[in-house]
Amino acid sequence: MSVLECRGVTKRFGGHTVLNHLDLTVAEHEVVVLIGASGSGKSTLLRCVNLLEGIDDGTIHLDGEHITDPRVNPDRVRQRIGIVFQAYNLFPHMTVLDNITLAPRRVHRRDRAEAEAKALDLLGRVGLADRARSYPDRLSGGQQQRVAIVRALINEPRLMLLDEVTSALDPELVGEVLTMIRDLKATGMTMVLATHEMGFARQVADRVCFLEGGAVLESGPPEQVLGDPVQPRTRQFLRRIIEAGRL
Amino acid sequence: MITEDRPVSAAQRERIAYRRRQTVRSVLIAAASTGVLGILLVVGVTGSPGWERVRASFLDGAVARDAFPAVLNGLWLNLRLLVFCAVAALALGLLVAVLRTLRGPVFFPVRALATGYTYGFRGMPLIIVIYVLAFGVPGLRLQGTPSVLVLGGAALVITYGAYLAEVFRAGIESVHPSQLAAARSLGLTYRQTMRHVVLPQAVRRVAPPLLNDTVALQKDVGLVSLAGPIDAVRAAQITTAEHANFTPYIVAGVLFVLLAIPLIAVTDWVTLRAARRQTG
Ligand SMILES: Nc1ncnc2c1ncn2[C@@H]1O[C@H](COP(=O)(O)OP(=O)(O)OP(=O)(O)O)[C@@H](O)[C@H]1O
Ligand SMILES: [Mg+2]
Repeated sequence: MSVLECRGVTKRFGGHTVLNHLDLTVAEHEVVVLIGASGSGKSTLLRCVNLLEGIDDGTIHLDGEHITDPRVNPDRVRQRIGIVFQAYNLFPHMTVLDNITLAPRRVHRRDRAEAEAKALDLLGRVGLADRARSYPDRLSGGQQQRVAIVRALINEPRLMLLDEVTSALDPELVGEVLTMIRDLKATGMTMVLATHEMGFARQVADRVCFLEGGAVLESGPPEQVLGDPVQPRTRQFLRRIIEAGRL
Repeated sequence: MITEDRPVSAAQRERIAYRRRQTVRSVLIAAASTGVLGILLVVGVTGSPGWERVRASFLDGAVARDAFPAVLNGLWLNLRLLVFCAVAALALGLLVAVLRTLRGPVFFPVRALATGYTYGFRGMPLIIVIYVLAFGVPGLRLQGTPSVLVLGGAALVITYGAYLAEVFRAGIESVHPSQLAAARSLGLTYRQTMRHVVLPQAVRRVAPPLLNDTVALQKDVGLVSLAGPIDAVRAAQITTAEHANFTPYIVAGVLFVLLAIPLIAVTDWVTLRAARRQTG
């Protein structure tokens, strides 16, 4: 069974249709990379899946459960999905450790010692154990983003959504975050990520989806979609990316 | 961590010496100008034609000694009233501010009530609220009507609660929506998000204006004397009438300032720290 299934998802902001009957299915352990022009709706789709935005038509299923049913409690759905934003969005008034253990302690009712032990273990794996007691503003962008990923991971989500997690980073800091995502893929985590880094998409994606006109215009293995796209629109998009020097 | 083991260079030593000379010079100039201004003021005031009469009726040492115990006794009441009213007004303000953020049709009446309250009581002069509560409520002749002191305190809490609610609301709105999104995405409920993510950041940001309003409250606590309780202002008024001399008011004024100084110092310190956090 698929982990995520979007069927006919439509999202409008005012009169502006951002997602137009979009279909997307993500299988267990699959890593799907969303590419597309700025404003094509990548972030909007991820926010809809996490129920941070309501949809105007269609259905979204998580592990076979219809989560866009209005009777479903969105808090319970979000507990099973991890999302990481481009701007990290760590809580500035809490230490790294408190940021990470907030949800385990308050939502999943773990006791502090247990939650902290697990947090320290995860931080250690990404080389940040010594920063556990620091406040986010004392960390570099790359470190903050890795903390944000750990914060989402500690809840053991069924699905991770990553929205341009390297876009705000200086080039030399991108590598450490990408390494972390590659390691995450190796653990079998099911992921959907939006990115402008085509090189990275090629490395981690099982499947690349090109968003255009509010729907998935082309979808397939990275070599095919990035190397030999069928759709003229995809080709045009990639050509522009190459001209901008990002491939 | 980089450890420094090289000696300080000659250029740096010279810079330090230069800065020290500049500091000494600034201090000397400041002292001189303060002295000149002080002398001018003293000469100007004491040299005025009516000075002797003013001194006799406002700065009489014997009257001051006589009034001091009563005024100090009254001030103790002010202090207790201040602590109680400040805590209650902060709690009320926070509650009203949070109620105003609630969305959804169920909360419409609560929201409307909270909004009406902040509009109404920010416009209403405190003196009128004190009169209405302290004289109007006992007039109802209900069983168990609280004392005039409690009613006067309630007037302060209600009026200041409205101001503080607006300060808290400004703080809540200053927290970026992405912080809410991050908290909700972790599965926190609206209440948990408010409690653990939004309010701690909001309160930290508005701590300076909140404390400032508390300083204002400590002065307005004296207004309950209008309703009758013998606080410092009221005690000064009584001794002033006894001696036909205004010195007790000066005594009360000085004591109010002394009472306010620690609070003002704390406010300044918190403001400074907040400003540092912003830039650092
Ligand atoms: N809250 C909102 N209100 C109104 N319009 C919005 C809102 N959020 C997004 N949009 C609009 O929806 C469209 C898609 O935005 P979205 O952020 O999903 O694009 P994106 O593919 O993530 O772009 P980028 O690559 O620049 O991040 C844009 O035209 C944007 O202006
Ligand atoms: Mg985006």
